[in-house]
Amino acid sequence: MADFFFTTTTGGLLLIVGQILLIVVPLLVALAFLMYADRKIWAAVMLRRGPNVVGVFGLLQSFADFGKYIVKEVVVPAGADRPVFFLAPMISLVMALVAWAVIPFNDGWVLSDINVAILFVFAISSLEVYGVIMGGWASNSKYPFLGSLRSAAQMISYEVSIGLIIIGVIISSGSMNFGHIVASQSSEFGLLSWYWLPHFPMLILFFISALAETNRPPFDLPEAESELVAGYQVEYSSTPFLLFMIGELVAVVLMCALITLLFFGGWLSPVPFLPDGIFWMVLKMGVVFFFFSMVKAITPRYRYDQLMRLGWKVFLPFSLVWVVFVAFAAKFEWFWGIYARWAVGV
Amino acid sequence: MSVFAFYLFAICVIGGGLFTVISRNPVHSVLWLILAFLSSAGLFVMLGAEFVAMLLVIVYVGAVAVLFLFVVMMLDVDFAELKAEMAKYMPLALLIGLVILMQFVMAFGAWESNSAAADLRAQVVTIERHNTDALGMVLYDQYFLLFQLAGLILLVAMIGAIVLTLRHRKDVKRQDVVAQMMRDPKLAIELKDVKPGQGL
Repeated sequence: MADFFFTTTTGGLLLIVGQILLIVVPLLVALAFLMYADRKIWAAVMLRRGPNVVGVFGLLQSFADFGKYIVKEVVVPAGADRPVFFLAPMISLVMALVAWAVIPFNDGWVLSDINVAILFVFAISSLEVYGVIMGGWASNSKYPFLGSLRSAAQMISYEVSIGLIIIGVIISSGSMNFGHIVASQSSEFGLLSWYWLPHFPMLILFFISALAETNRPPFDLPEAESELVAGYQVEYSSTPFLLFMIGELVAVVLMCALITLLFFGGWLSPVPFLPDGIFWMVLKMGVVFFFFSMVKAITPRYRYDQLMRLGWKVFLPFSLVWVVFVAFAAKFEWFWGIYARWAVGV
Repeated sequence: MSVFAFYLFAICVIGGGLFTVISRNPVHSVLWLILAFLSSAGLFVMLGAEFVAMLLVIVYVGAVAVLFLFVVMMLDVDFAELKAEMAKYMPLALLIGLVILMQFVMAFGAWESNSAAADLRAQVVTIERHNTDALGMVLYDQYFLLFQLAGLILLVAMIGAIVLTLRHRKDVKRQDVVAQMMRDPKLAIELKDVKPGQGL
């Protein structure tokens, strides 16, 4: 039986499909509860109750929403470009899911263990912008189009600083493979050897850039309810809208995973006497997601020119200078070589 | 399985290229072009050149094609007029195409390569260092000067583009960020105690 999976082509394909399901299904189920957690946290900050009707404590709210999205009618604008109109939400979701192929959840628990994993994630997240642009354009209406232009410009702008921040981590770890990046953060000092400490300013920049990249508040300008109706999603209803929403949230969770892997040691245990494991990875992702939700609840929305200024005139120069600093610190092994884990032999 | 993947990517590249040319709608053309880019990245991965593949996706699909798409979407295109003009320019376009085709035939017809080189190209590189490392070594050691010069040329082009498009117009209202951040809330907001039923 095992031979069938490891030697034949059909078996290999089935094995890959099984692995994909093993990642995607728990991810989507977790997503339903993350969406619920998001709304509960938001409500708690505002002294509201949040969803509390469907199921115990409203736990099944997301599933009720899901059912609602599925059974409603799909409305397509008369002047819409139908193929592109329906392609856009699919691209949005697929691109968000594809990146999970290279994300490890534990030592070796990864679907595709490639050398350029981090570049792959970066490339895929630069493709996510197409769902937004295509959706806005294909709707053939002014509001979605303007919303999509805003959104696309925003995503591209913050990708630049995300790329530079990632370069800093790559220099420190000497590898673009997530497994190696996490392994390079392990030492007998536990959480003190993770990259959040040497790269602390970049952690903050990465977090804010991730908010902007995934169109989360306070940078949710494309769907600023008070000004723009709902950005590029105006003309979408029912299932296509659901796909956009899931795609957006999967991208958020992906950013949580990235922050965990790059700055918080992935599946490594924070203290030496506890074992490493997937538990830590999930817990850290949950904590990062909590901060994503808190930011949504407590910050007012940025103005568009402020957003652009922050991206290009503050984050870009700062992360560029940081790359130069890390390069020097790694080369000359400043600070006991914490910036060059590959050189001091972890 | 890899043969199947190869044909899938190859067909997508050729199909994408073809539809880029024959699509009526320029936005569809760009989307087909993106498909061609992505599929060629897939071909690079199959050749073992994963770093080049990722760069292709990040640079061409993530940045260049987005700009194309922006420009094309902003254009106000009249398709009927375009088709009429198409007929006018057709002979010239055919002529140019024919000349380029002839040149390619002449260039590649005379192409001879060493049989050892051909063998070398056909086999997948299996050295220890992976290709990100290898490219880095070549770019930053062997061709360091050329690499820096290429960067300098790009910098000049960038500065040129900025200088050409930068205009300071006096009559345009601008956001003064420093002034906005230095504003004192006490001066900006006035609190009034409004009595019920009275108004201000």
